[in-house]
Amino acid sequence: MENIKEKTDDNLLEVKNLKISFKTDEGIITAVDGVNFTVKHGETLGIVGESGSGKSVSTWSIMRLLPKNSIIDKKSSIRFRKKDGKVVDITKLKARSKELRKIRGGEVALIFQEPMSSFSPVYTIGNQISEAVLQHRDVSKEEAQEIAIDMLDRVGIANPRQRFKQYPFELSGGMRQRAMIAVALSMNPALLIADEPTTSLDVTIQAQILELMNELQEELGMAIIFITHNLGVIAQVADKIEVMYLGKILERGTTKDIIQNPQHPYTQALLKAIPRLDHIGERLNAISGDIPSPLSRPTGCPFYTRCEKVIPGICDVKMPNPTKLSDTHTVYCFLYEEKNV
Amino acid sequence: MTTTDLSHTPLSQEESEEAQRYFSASQFQLIWWRFRKRRLAQTGALILLVLAFVGLFAEFFNPYGGTTRISDAILVSPQIPRFCNDAGCTLRPFVPGVVSKRNEETLRMETVMDPSVRRDIYFFVKGEPYKLLGFIEMDTHLFGLKEGAINLFGTDSMGRDLFSRLLLATRTSLSIGIVGVIIAFVLALIIGGIAGYFGGWTDYAIQRLTEIVRVVPVIPLYMGLAAAFPKEWSSTQVYFAMTLILALVGWPTLARRIRGKLLSLRGEDYVIAARLSGAGSSRIIGRHLLPAFMSYIIVDLVISFPYMLLSETALSFIGLGLRPPTVSWGVLLQDAQTVRAIEQAPWLFIPALFVVVAVLSFTVLGDGLRDAADPYQVSD
Amino acid sequence: MIKFLVQRTLGMIVTMFFVSIMVFIIMELPPGDYAERWAFRKFSGTGAQITQADLDNIRANFGLDRPAPERYFKWISNIVLHGDFGEAFAFQTSVNNVIGQKIWLTLAILFSTLIVTYIISIPVGMYAAVRRNSLEDYALTVFSYLGFALPNFLLALILLYISITYFDTSVGGLFSPDYADAPWSMDKALDLLSHLVVPAIILAWSATAFQLQTVRATMLDELNTLSVTAARARGVPEWKLLLKYPARLAINPVVSTIGFDANRIFSELPIVALVLGLPELGQLLLKSYLDLDMFVAGAILLILTFMIVFMNFLSDIFLAILDPRVKLIEG
Ligand SMILES: Nc1ncnc2c1ncn2[C@@H]1O[C@H](COP(=O)(O)OP(=O)(O)OP(=O)(O)O)[C@@H](O)[C@H]1O
Ligand SMILES: [Mg+2]
Repeated sequence: MENIKEKTDDNLLEVKNLKISFKTDEGIITAVDGVNFTVKHGETLGIVGESGSGKSVSTWSIMRLLPKNSIIDKKSSIRFRKKDGKVVDITKLKARSKELRKIRGGEVALIFQEPMSSFSPVYTIGNQISEAVLQHRDVSKEEAQEIAIDMLDRVGIANPRQRFKQYPFELSGGMRQRAMIAVALSMNPALLIADEPTTSLDVTIQAQILELMNELQEELGMAIIFITHNLGVIAQVADKIEVMYLGKILERGTTKDIIQNPQHPYTQALLKAIPRLDHIGERLNAISGDIPSPLSRPTGCPFYTRCEKVIPGICDVKMPNPTKLSDTHTVYCFLYEEKNV
Repeated sequence: MTTTDLSHTPLSQEESEEAQRYFSASQFQLIWWRFRKRRLAQTGALILLVLAFVGLFAEFFNPYGGTTRISDAILVSPQIPRFCNDAGCTLRPFVPGVVSKRNEETLRMETVMDPSVRRDIYFFVKGEPYKLLGFIEMDTHLFGLKEGAINLFGTDSMGRDLFSRLLLATRTSLSIGIVGVIIAFVLALIIGGIAGYFGGWTDYAIQRLTEIVRVVPVIPLYMGLAAAFPKEWSSTQVYFAMTLILALVGWPTLARRIRGKLLSLRGEDYVIAARLSGAGSSRIIGRHLLPAFMSYIIVDLVISFPYMLLSETALSFIGLGLRPPTVSWGVLLQDAQTVRAIEQAPWLFIPALFVVVAVLSFTVLGDGLRDAADPYQVSD
Repeated sequence: MIKFLVQRTLGMIVTMFFVSIMVFIIMELPPGDYAERWAFRKFSGTGAQITQADLDNIRANFGLDRPAPERYFKWISNIVLHGDFGEAFAFQTSVNNVIGQKIWLTLAILFSTLIVTYIISIPVGMYAAVRRNSLEDYALTVFSYLGFALPNFLLALILLYISITYFDTSVGGLFSPDYADAPWSMDKALDLLSHLVVPAIILAWSATAFQLQTVRATMLDELNTLSVTAARARGVPEWKLLLKYPARLAINPVVSTIGFDANRIFSELPIVALVLGLPELGQLLLKSYLDLDMFVAGAILLILTFMIVFMNFLSDIFLAILDPRVKLIEG
């Protein structure tokens, strides 16, 4: 197994051996298998991977938001350092405990890919922000309203007083995502999980939101886990990156390691898939082949069915061990394991 | 669903074949597989098949004709076949005999069982001649007595065998349901199909029309139409008119669902592709749209059966539906309208049991099919 | 909101217009004509011979010699302008006299049924959704199935039988004999209420079965929406979350089908009323169909339908209040 030799005191979050399965009609689906990562205070971790690679599942589990048919393996641990300095293992908390409720929002907040459906359509934006504030701060209704309006203002929504009284469907997509960020930040979390916050927005608004998040992070000093399937986006925000595929981490490193010196064939393929302004007109290099169904997950390296450099008889037998390329850069691939051995 | 190249995977041969089949299966096969897992729905289907089969060959399974009056045997309670009496047991089942006696108190003639009389049941006996399926002349019945009468479900106040009448009624009631659903379906398909495909103004007008038919309370509307049947109509004419009415009032719900589904399919890629490639309207509806939601339609059909059955029963029950000599479940239940009937001849309620069982079967079957067709759709 | 109200009101009027045409057609359908039936009733037993001239006279009197559109117009304008529904020949009096009080009794039955239905189905449906796949959930599903399958005349008979055999009271009728002809008083109202319970239970039985499934299904849908997860991610306690988000939305389909429920209740009413001997509109409707007393039948059909249309109207308005999206989409 992997050794995480890091000063644990710095770590806000330590996820170890995370394995999550779902009970379904078709059988048990293992969506995330043996994932490790850490997040330090004030740091931004990026998680990239194609659709279905388990990005959402592994991060939502930090707040225990997975549906009832999910099973978190007993050997998994999600250790989180709370504001009062105590470290809790979130996987061990009771589903309905007050402690978990305090962590949800108060310590870790989440913003979703779809700002439209993450607001309830029958309550005003203001109602839903105030609810969050009242849940985590000891303030009166009026104070909560002021905090909410102030927060709307801070995320760059013009006329916050008026917007406060409006319904989600009266706001534009970009505006809704700003409001969603306002909800999350109004609770003053130490860690913000942004699950593809810009995917459903068009490019200019996407850039604005990214900038806003960078600004707010500097201002408020929280850590961020930023999830996306676009390496181009993540390069703008993350300090370090985990590359995920079919529930496993395939490569990990600083943003520089991953973007400038990608080693895993999957990471390389993902990088080629980014549409680039200077290459307009060239065929977009999407990775060929289909993602295997989660029901028939390949043994061995999950990527071997689509890998150009597959080594038959090796890659399809067992999962490669981690290979440390530098202090910060680790890759899970037999191409490098062999060189080291 | 993504298709997968599984050739490298070290799954066992069997597993990969299973998976392979799963991914290459047609819509119908998928539904069938999921349906096979649903025991309750299968039970429903089985019960309905048995009912339909027995109803179809009712004359053969009946010991008597539907209107045959068994002399003296008025309001006989059900005779339960048995193998043993005081004299010992035999392999051949028999029923106790029925005798008429004058009640000492009320001075009315009453029929009572006499356990000392033993009437053997024989199989494939010759009896009343009939035409199987309406054209095969036969006189063999599945079972019967050589002497006396057998009334498994008792007799009614006119001395007719309830069991025989019930089987005939099963055929009538089920066939009204089937024919009614089919007519309603054809109407709905045409009207809903036109509305859903063309959209716009056509859709709007048809929507308003269906809305108007839908606001009028169904049974009172049926009653009004049924009241218009001339008294001199034969029972066959009434039967067909009734079926038609059930269908006429039943189509809007179906039409609405078909339209809704069509509207949502209309915007899908492959339909747009077909249209761009110059296919005509009817071709698109027939070749691309209908197959795509055939499964939903079947589910809807099954679900609309109970309404037809219950409406027919209710209408005949109050005397506005089918008329004697036609027998249906509702017609039979006319004899069971009062509390006195429960007290004196509770077996007259056996037809109600059939109604309940049939409706339940259709409901669980419909639900099972719906879940199998679309496991992720929860509401409506 | 004003615009929305005006729109809905207009829609209601248009619907009623078309419905009235349909009702008129149904009134015209039965064979034979009204004059003959009227004359037959009037003179039967008197020994008087009815001549063709008499019939023609009656026809002219009632305007039956006029073409259908004209008769329709006269019929509907009498109703709209004077509230006059015509003559009930079987009763030898005006339709208004015949239906008068029965309208209120029918409304009383309708509302008590709706109230019973909603009081049971909404909370229980929500509970079943939250406890999905539990024993209680399955039990409720079985109940729902029975609700669909048991014809309500049968249920009525069973309840009637039970009440006679075990409680030695008759649940039939709307009043106890003591109160039937007494003037209205508090006691009489209470008596009426106690008699409403059984019909309300019978009629609510199947309506509850339907609504329970609807509430359960919507609630299940809503439980899985992202907005609920989002609220949970804000640390909102589970029960508060359920009540504020999914429960609030699970009421919508119930509200939007009030008219549909009224429709079903009116559909089943004549049959249940027949069994229970309730002197309300449904039973009268049945009787007038059997007598071919079409002015009475037409009036009742029109009134029942109007009630349904009006309930639809109310449900649209409630829905617009409950769900801010409705006005935006449709208004
Ligand atoms: N409720 C569930 N029941 C069964 N399987 C699930 C469930 N939720 C997720 N999964 C499985 O988990 C896998 C990972 O899903 P996840 O949503 O984490 O992917 P993702 O990387 O976030 O993808 P996307 O980019 O589409 O958001 C999916 O392939 C899916 O099969
Ligand atoms: Mg995701």
